[in-house]
Amino acid sequence: MSGPRTLYDKLWDEHLVREGPDGTALLWIDRHLVYEMTSPQAFEGLRLKGRTVRRPDLTLAVVDHIVSTGDRAQGVGDELARLMIGAMQRNAREFGIELFDAFDPRQGIVHVVGPEQGFVLPGLTVVCGDSHTSTHGALGALAFGIGTSEVEHVLATQTLTQRRMRNMRVTVRGRLGPGVGAKDVALHMIAAIGAAGGTGHVIEYAGEAVEALSVEGRMTLCNMSIEAGAKAGMVAPDAKAVDYVEGRRMAPKGAAWQDAVAFWRDLRSDPDARFDREVALEAGEIAPTVTWGTSPEDAVPVTGAVPDPESFASEGKRAAARRSLDYMGLAPGTPMRAIAVDRVFIGSCTNARLEDLREVARVVQGRRVAKGVRAMVVPGSGLVRAQAEAEGIAEVLVAAGFEWRAPGCSMCIGLNEDVLAPGERCASTSNRNFEGRQGRGGRTHLMSPAMAAAAALTGRLTDVRELGGGRPRGRRHARPARKPPP
Amino acid sequence: MERFTTLTGVAAPLLRGNIDTDTIIPQRWCKSVTRTGFGAHLFHDLRFDGAGAERADFVLNRAPWRAAAILVAGANFGCGSSREAAVWALHEFGVRCLIAPSFSDIFARNCVANGVLPVTLDEDRVARLAALAGDPETAALSVDLPAQTIVAGGEQIPFEMDPYVRHRLINGLDEIAVTLTHEPEIAAHERWLGAARRWRLPARG
Ligand code: SF4
Repeated sequence: MSGPRTLYDKLWDEHLVREGPDGTALLWIDRHLVYEMTSPQAFEGLRLKGRTVRRPDLTLAVVDHIVSTGDRAQGVGDELARLMIGAMQRNAREFGIELFDAFDPRQGIVHVVGPEQGFVLPGLTVVCGDSHTSTHGALGALAFGIGTSEVEHVLATQTLTQRRMRNMRVTVRGRLGPGVGAKDVALHMIAAIGAAGGTGHVIEYAGEAVEALSVEGRMTLCNMSIEAGAKAGMVAPDAKAVDYVEGRRMAPKGAAWQDAVAFWRDLRSDPDARFDREVALEAGEIAPTVTWGTSPEDAVPVTGAVPDPESFASEGKRAAARRSLDYMGLAPGTPMRAIAVDRVFIGSCTNARLEDLREVARVVQGRRVAKGVRAMVVPGSGLVRAQAEAEGIAEVLVAAGFEWRAPGCSMCIGLNEDVLAPGERCASTSNRNFEGRQGRGGRTHLMSPAMAAAAALTGRLTDVRELGGGRPRGRRHARPARKPPP
Repeated sequence: MERFTTLTGVAAPLLRGNIDTDTIIPQRWCKSVTRTGFGAHLFHDLRFDGAGAERADFVLNRAPWRAAAILVAGANFGCGSSREAAVWALHEFGVRCLIAPSFSDIFARNCVANGVLPVTLDEDRVARLAALAGDPETAALSVDLPAQTIVAGGEQIPFEMDPYVRHRLINGLDEIAVTLTHEPEIAAHERWLGAARRWRLPARG
């Protein structure tokens, strides 16, 4: 393709194996992340057809979704969990794939582990049988989630059949205010464009506020792209991205590293590239944002109130809002800050990296979890957990009354012991407030780590800016998180 | 892969927007290493109450929709998790075609991989079909993929379809087998990668 190209166009062209006359294309896949929930049937499919894994060296496996976050010496989970974890172990062994199992110090959530190991790099195509694979776009990779049949396809061929998506750019102008971070940008954007606003598109995030985000902040933002319906989200790699990757275990070394850095220098949208859709957001207008309903698009500033369903334009939206409020047990007009919570969950691939935990510790430092609130922190990986312990973060949190758990998806998805009871209300740093997502009948309010920490301290949804302690995020010089030993 | 050519069956209206895959098959029923056993838990928390009894007000618990082969659904159907078990559950229940104003991308791809046809129509048409589906007298629709039409209430409604998806569904193509016919091109890309793009390979150690 000639003429000015977007970042997505460039990644597409770089990975194109062939293009059919009808526009369907075969894309080469550089990295494939695999985990216990969505892969057993794919491996079984290979076996049934006598196929093998084409490039086990480009594949990395973890257990994260179903694994217990308690003391694993007491067991990694219930019978079904053991069945799935056992299948992952067997499949990794049989097909020669590296696996971080429940007792590996590097084990963690697939989207935390991938970048942490240097397995994911700018300029790559990355897939995983999980929708939040969009996270990896933060490094300037084309990363997207796939179903199990496609997992099997990638295992067998290291390619995927794709059709080119449309280009969308979300520009966040200006600087974020104090106490406002990447999660707020994500929720604000989804509220603005809707949970299907990005359907059929790949989003590139740009603008001063995005440039000012650390790589980990960009991961939070890109992670939530799927909640706007987009296939993927990405940020052009800059010096921060290069810095983030350098020296990590699986990142290129020596001459290969030099080639990589040279390649990444041009890996950005051409100045006159055309986007099919442009959205502009003003950073200064973004407040700490929380959800009130059962779709991530149901988000308002924490200073706002639960909307009146009758205020929505279409009957479809009115009906959805009525249903949401019924499920959430909320009355229209209730100030968000008057909503009391029973549980606080700090974790998930959206917000369980080191910076998130540092942010939480800054808010919590010297304070205590409110009486009657059960608050848990589940680090994104074993390495994040170890580093947070080394920095004294764990100590601050435990002293405040938080549970400090073993890494995994935990209450983001409620597949293990970490679930809400019916009617329980939770301030959560995860990404989905769907009915039943955190446990049947559980009520989820999505927010940033700083905001979840604030809710834990007061026992209700709280504007972290009023609490003090949360330092401005957007302006902070974004030093990359300390890297794990190679 | 299972083929899809034509289908006549009962359509059930389910017009809520943003029906996510957690709603289609709650996570706690996804602890499985097989592709089967999900149908009984399709829409579990909508179909059954906390005690496990059927909710009489849910459309798939009522005749004739209990035998639905088609769902007429709201926008952004299948959003959320990429779990293919959502499609396995629909398929096992007997659903072979979904009609909605929009689908999540991953969900629609999962449908096709399992021989289930996702048809996108504008909101008005979907609302009209839902109204027909909601009346037991007119709930049966016919879907013809080769002709790209739906026949409902005596009316013929054309629909758009990606030519590759259409070809794949009509012929029941195993996509992996098709891709493997392009082995020379895949191998060529792989060789180029090893020679000109060494940095794209992971360092191991
Ligand atoms: S943390 Fe939640 S969203 Fe992320 S991969 Fe795990 S289950 Fe999925």
